[in-house]
Amino acid sequence: MNYTIHFSQVVEYIPYLIGGAWISLQVAFLSFCGGMVIGLFGAMTKTFGGPITRRIVDAYVSFFTNTPQLVQIYFLYFALPEVGILMNSYQAVLLGMTLNAGGYLTEIQRAGFISVRQSELEAAETLGMNLIQKVRYVILPHILKVLFPSLSNLYILMTLGTSMAAIFGLEELTGRALNINAETFRSIEVFSLTAVLYVIVTIAASLTLLFVGRVFFRVKGKVF
Amino acid sequence: MTYLSIDQCDAFYGDQKVLECVTLDVDKGDVVSLIGPSGSGKSTLLRVLVGLNKPTNGRVVLEGEEIDYHNKRSLRRARERFAIVFQQYNLFQNMTVLKNVTIAPVKIQGRSKKEVEKEAIEILEKVGLGEKLKSYPEELSGGQQQRVAIARSLALKPEILLLDEVTSALDPELVNEVLDTIRLLAKEGRTMIIVSHEMSFVLEVSSKIAFMDAGKIIEVGEPHKILKNPDTDRAREFMGKILRH
Amino acid sequence: MWERIAEELPRFFTYYNVIFLLKAMFTTFLLSMIGCLLGSIMGGVLAILKLTKSAMLLPLRAVALVYIEFFRRIPFLVTLLLIFFVFQAIGLEMSVFAVAVVSVWVIATAFIAEIARSGLESVPAAQWEAAEVMNFNLLQTLRTIILPQAWKVILPPAFSFFVMFIKDTALASQIGVVELTYSAKVLNNKGFSAALAFGVVLLLYYMLSYPLTKIGAWMEKKLDIS
Repeated sequence: MNYTIHFSQVVEYIPYLIGGAWISLQVAFLSFCGGMVIGLFGAMTKTFGGPITRRIVDAYVSFFTNTPQLVQIYFLYFALPEVGILMNSYQAVLLGMTLNAGGYLTEIQRAGFISVRQSELEAAETLGMNLIQKVRYVILPHILKVLFPSLSNLYILMTLGTSMAAIFGLEELTGRALNINAETFRSIEVFSLTAVLYVIVTIAASLTLLFVGRVFFRVKGKVF
Repeated sequence: MTYLSIDQCDAFYGDQKVLECVTLDVDKGDVVSLIGPSGSGKSTLLRVLVGLNKPTNGRVVLEGEEIDYHNKRSLRRARERFAIVFQQYNLFQNMTVLKNVTIAPVKIQGRSKKEVEKEAIEILEKVGLGEKLKSYPEELSGGQQQRVAIARSLALKPEILLLDEVTSALDPELVNEVLDTIRLLAKEGRTMIIVSHEMSFVLEVSSKIAFMDAGKIIEVGEPHKILKNPDTDRAREFMGKILRH
Repeated sequence: MWERIAEELPRFFTYYNVIFLLKAMFTTFLLSMIGCLLGSIMGGVLAILKLTKSAMLLPLRAVALVYIEFFRRIPFLVTLLLIFFVFQAIGLEMSVFAVAVVSVWVIATAFIAEIARSGLESVPAAQWEAAEVMNFNLLQTLRTIILPQAWKVILPPAFSFFVMFIKDTALASQIGVVELTYSAKVLNNKGFSAALAFGVVLLLYYMLSYPLTKIGAWMEKKLDIS
């Protein structure tokens, strides 16, 4: 083997990498929130909307869940400028991930809507709640409890998905790893360290979500 | 010499002690029934004999040979000599009735397929399932499945047959067909240890009854004695409760 | 934009370009399929390994556990780069396609091992016990009793993993594999409108993924009833 492993050269970059991990988490978080908003509208449309609007949501979901997130972002970044919409890489990545997440979250939330028992809705009806109130006081709390596992699972996947932002120059974890690699050429050390960081971040996120779920939403579950 | 001697055996399930100082002798041709309240350790004792739960001390001796449940070869040998029929029949869902009965003798005991199949068909006809050779377990009633399970264990040619509450999971109308099968086996002189709640049946077939409670054997004796006039208070109390109807 | 696209269309859909795109689409499909098939074998081995109880195999079981937990939590891009550089360092001269297939293989192994574990656990413990008291060893139990029952629970999720991974193969474009995403970049670099190039490729991915998803759903329904 014509390569010797020298971790010492890379160790000084660990804080830099951790900073990148933090950015990854932020990007995932923002996209997730945006996706939740889209998902809410989408799920509500699928449940309460008319035949045409439902079809539109179906098409949206189908498109974004059957095509790669990377190519979706490529389209936003390279194709939109051709109609005059310019965005920097951060915006393109954020928008792409949000739209992508919106597709999956529509489906997840729709499943949650379906799980709400008819009797709960009828009770809300007799209490004189209109649609918006029903959603706020009956549907949402129940949904958040039932959907917690799928939501946190998607969130973890999205955190891993932020890694492709590096391709567009974003300095999240993978992006910074590429930078360090360009400087030190210690590829194996850098990328194995990056891999370990992703594992740590992911497990930490899972445990945090599990804790939040247990405390606030009475959710049961495990990480391993 | 006693055929099977269980001597002061303890067993645990996790931290809980489920058998305590259990001592029981079984002679060849004996039909020993274990009775007692739920959780008294009756099924556990059978599971210990067959190695699904390992005893922490005490001895189990079969025909002069001590069984070491922590030794692989000894355990294998023990499992060749005992056969157990479970409450939930545990038939292999992906095989026909005939395959269920023949698979272990052929694949594990290494006997000839032709010979095993001939024998299996005889046994299945004896238990009244000669017509169902090609059926799958899901197509059979509970009583039929349990009889297949009994046939399966007989095909292994065991020395002692263990029956763990084999009628408890059955609908009432299906219980008798299984009890009839067991009566047949008792008449043939098979050595059996039965765990059951069917008191009148137990009275009829057993040569010996052991009453268990909280993991211990409280009293052992003649069927009539135990069921009608037991010595110990605990046994008396139990009998009083269940024989009221 | 539409005028530009309309103008470019005939130049875009030349025989050469269409073949190029179809070949790239095939490469995408092949990447996921070969990687997942190999991953199924390896994943199955790991799942079975985790079921063993002998002390001798403990180190292997530990490795399997760490492997499965680790490779399910790394982005595909990072795995790809890692394997690329590891092969480079060892001096193995492999095509980027081979590097990508190995990367898919490595990740699929971890995920499918989990799916297989779950499938094996779905078979009631009573089946295992009945086999155990009749002196079946682990492999015999698996082969004659457990697997014939567990495969129905394992196949649908494993198949949908394969379909899902088709989208992840887009990352392979970054190390130079000529799959669908790479072909979009090539065509864009040749001067075609990005909207056209990436738009068509998005459509092609859709045409690959959607029918397979439907097949997966059909499979799940079919195996659920039986």
